Amino acid sequence: MQFSKSIVIRMIVVITLCSAGIFAVTLVVNYMQSRSMLEMELEKNARNLASSLANRVDAELVSVAKVTEGMARSLDTAEYNREGLVPLIGSMLDSNPSVYGSAIAFEPYAFNKQERLYALYLFRDEGTVKAIRLDASYRYVPYLYQDWYQIPVELQAPVWSEPYFDDGGGNATMATCSVPFYYSSGGKKEVKGVVSADIRLDSLTQLISSVRILKTGYAMLLSRNGMVLTHPDSSFIMNESIFSIAEERSDPVLREMGRKMIAGESGFVHHSLTDEPGWMYYAPIRSTGWTLAVVFPEAELFEKVRNLSLTMAGIGTGGLLLLALVVAMATRSITLPLRALASATGPMASGNFDVELPAVRSNDEIGMLTSSFRMMGESLKEYIRNLTETTAQKERIQSELQMATDIQASLLPRIFPAFPERPEFDIFASMDAAKEVGGDFYDFFFIDDSHLCFLIADVADKGVPAALYMMVAKTLLKSEAQRLRDPGVILEHVNNILAEDNESCMFATVFCAILDTASGELIFSNAGHNPPLLVGSGGVRYLDVKPGFLLGPVPDSRYETERITLRNGDVFFLYTDGVTEAKNREDELFGEQRLLEILQGDFSMAVEDMVHAVRSSVAGFAEGAAQSDDITMVALQYTGNGISSSAIDAPLIISKS
Amino acid sequence: MHERQRSTGSLLFQAFSLMVVVALLSLAAYPSLLHAEPPLKKASLIPLWSPQAQFAGYYVALEKGLYRRYGVELSILNGGSGNSPVEALQSGRADYAVMWLTTALRHRDAGIRLVNISQVIQRSSMMLISRKSSRIDSLQGMNGKKVGLWDGDLSIPPLTLFSRRGITIRQVPLTNTVNLFLRGGIEVTSAMWYNEYHVILNSGVDADELNAVFLSEQGVNFPEDGIYGLEKTVKGDPALAAAIADASREGWQYAFDHPEEALDIVMKYMLRAHVPANRMHQKWMLNRMRDLIMPGTAFGKMPSGTLDRKDYHDAGNAMQRAGLIGGCPDYADFTWRHDAVQ
Repeated sequence: MQFSKSIVIRMIVVITLCSAGIFAVTLVVNYMQSRSMLEMELEKNARNLASSLANRVDAELVSVAKVTEGMARSLDTAEYNREGLVPLIGSMLDSNPSVYGSAIAFEPYAFNKQERLYALYLFRDEGTVKAIRLDASYRYVPYLYQDWYQIPVELQAPVWSEPYFDDGGGNATMATCSVPFYYSSGGKKEVKGVVSADIRLDSLTQLISSVRILKTGYAMLLSRNGMVLTHPDSSFIMNESIFSIAEERSDPVLREMGRKMIAGESGFVHHSLTDEPGWMYYAPIRSTGWTLAVVFPEAELFEKVRNLSLTMAGIGTGGLLLLALVVAMATRSITLPLRALASATGPMASGNFDVELPAVRSNDEIGMLTSSFRMMGESLKEYIRNLTETTAQKERIQSELQMATDIQASLLPRIFPAFPERPEFDIFASMDAAKEVGGDFYDFFFIDDSHLCFLIADVADKGVPAALYMMVAKTLLKSEAQRLRDPGVILEHVNNILAEDNESCMFATVFCAILDTASGELIFSNAGHNPPLLVGSGGVRYLDVKPGFLLGPVPDSRYETERITLRNGDVFFLYTDGVTEAKNREDELFGEQRLLEILQGDFSMAVEDMVHAVRSSVAGFAEGAAQSDDITMVALQYTGNGISSSAIDAPLIISKS
Repeated sequence: MHERQRSTGSLLFQAFSLMVVVALLSLAAYPSLLHAEPPLKKASLIPLWSPQAQFAGYYVALEKGLYRRYGVELSILNGGSGNSPVEALQSGRADYAVMWLTTALRHRDAGIRLVNISQVIQRSSMMLISRKSSRIDSLQGMNGKKVGLWDGDLSIPPLTLFSRRGITIRQVPLTNTVNLFLRGGIEVTSAMWYNEYHVILNSGVDADELNAVFLSEQGVNFPEDGIYGLEKTVKGDPALAAAIADASREGWQYAFDHPEEALDIVMKYMLRAHVPANRMHQKWMLNRMRDLIMPGTAFGKMPSGTLDRKDYHDAGNAMQRAGLIGGCPDYADFTWRHDAVQ
């Protein structure tokens, strides 16, 4: 469970985080690019919008200016009288519905010599056209000093006025197009008066506010002085100018922008006149020198991009959640068989190979793993079955071997003291087999009342074959010894018997001796065995015996019988090469010298202690190194005939009997 | 526009009704109050022009109840075109008026016995402005040029200057816009530092594009706004004159100490009078008023309210020389100091 959970969570975290990262980068890039694309698109749109709107306004103003100009030119030359002026202006108003009012105003005494001022004004008033005399209706400032009259006269040129509230005239906020008309006096052109046509600011406001710019964007008209003429916030109109706004906001950039505007330039700027960031495109209205500006509030402009981004973010988040879910499910579906496998292989690990593994549904890694586990289980089961059989077999052999060991051991005389009723000698022997069954053996037995035959042998090789050979050899030696009573002859006979059917070429070394218990005379013959040791009162030495040939391989070998006479206390010590060739961990041999030294120690030792001393010395030397060969010793002490052991130095008479 | 008027009107009416009800209720609750306070003296003041920061002190004093504190129930009449302060005084429509020293001297010379009860602006703030592009870089350069001057009394200082310098100009009458100058209909225009100069700047002309000459720097430094009353009015109730002068001075002080509040008040009166109102312009105007009125500032040299005797004589003599007035009244006769009343 822990295992599958950690994989699921790790997969979810890694995949989701990675996807979220990619998604976030995509989102940001998308937002930035959309923005810049939108800005580019916006500039184009804004330019088109502002230009077309400016052109519309301009077209209207130009048409008014043309009509006014036409009237002025007609007045340059035409004869007119009081009665003719009203229809003249009236028909002009009739044919130009966008003109709110129109005036013909004269310079002092230019209309006639009697009247100083004369100005006729016709304007629309509640559906009708009303005619008034401006020279009478302007209460405070005579028409001569109104901007709409005074400026064109001073400039002698057509002029569009700054929008103003025509107090006493049209009584509306309007802009007036004024064109001077002239008379010639003595070749000189003198201003005779001014023809004017008014456009109500309302109608411009209507025209401009009819253009919808997004939801909160707007178009704005600025006069030649930068005065705000149309604006969604009516408190700005005719009160604020772009320069006063710039002053209020301490914004020199805005002031500079205003100066460009009144200079007739156009431009696209990131400025909205308010604190709200926005984009503004401004374009001149040529005929009046006014400026039309289109303002796009950034918040709204980028609302769609932002909304899109938010939607994308929403979808992305949802997608990520879904992804996490799918990853969780997919990972679970992958880890489920793994988990089943894991829980199934748990008992398998503890040895139960009969558990039911999950069914293999697919050929993926899990399927392969499951198959492998199944095969492994079966192989293990087979192996264990084989192992069990082998082990049983081995155990049987082992027990048989044990039995063989027991039998072998029982064949060797094991009871010491072996002859408690014979005081003339003492014998002790031991055999430590390297394997369950060994190839060494010893034996001792009386062939008659006073003659004790004792022997030691080492069959080549170890184990069962050696044991079997040993059995044969031992049996033969014992029977032949009882019959022949001479060691050399005994060996000869036994050799011939063994060599007869010796197809396996087994062989053995044997040292066979017969002690005359009465005299201490010892006759012996050697078949390739280690020389024995004689431990006497004068010391210890190896006996220089004839080596003799191995028993078994070659028939008709000759073995000499030699003889010595043991003195009281002399110990005749036989051993196999398992003693002298015992190895320690450094592969050093125990050696004959070491054996000699041990036996030199205390010659008054009993034979049993002597054998035990050698055994423990060999074991101590080996320091736990595996015993490679059987270790067998036979020690015989003669104690019977009163001859002092000090005579040991006397040459031994060794001769063939 | 009409919509707004109506709504403003109805709002005002409601506020007024509420005030009346509250007032009646308090009077009913405390009838003794009716007799405790001395009755307020009614008086009226007409400024030189329609509401703007040039008269902030008076509107602020009225709005903050300073006149009432001085025992005056003052009403400020609408100035502006067609509302000549002198005519208002003469006709008795107004008790006191704000006007220039030159205007007052001229009318005094014409037999209207005007008395100065407080000199508010101690110097001339009039300028002659030309565009650098027209290459008029000195007063002499204006010789023969078209110069826009306001009709009547406001042309006295520049005409005095031109006559003193022997400069002949082609005088073009100015009204209340700067468009004639901006469009190039005239080469030079007269302008008030606190008003038209800023209007020109805020029509997109930078200060460094202009040659602006202060008349005061050319030796014509006629003190401008002062509070005037007819001699009989002043002598009839000197305490009232003193109250108006003192309350007005306090009003100015308050306005300079609380410029934003003062602007709120001025803007309110402008909207009420349906005058185009631009707060930044009024702020400029109020700041220039401080420069012109406050002692200790660049130009304020006299304790507020005092007409400097030398300035007075300089103005009188100059006007006499220019042939604008026949004679100059005695300083003590012309100026009335209320501290002399006590």
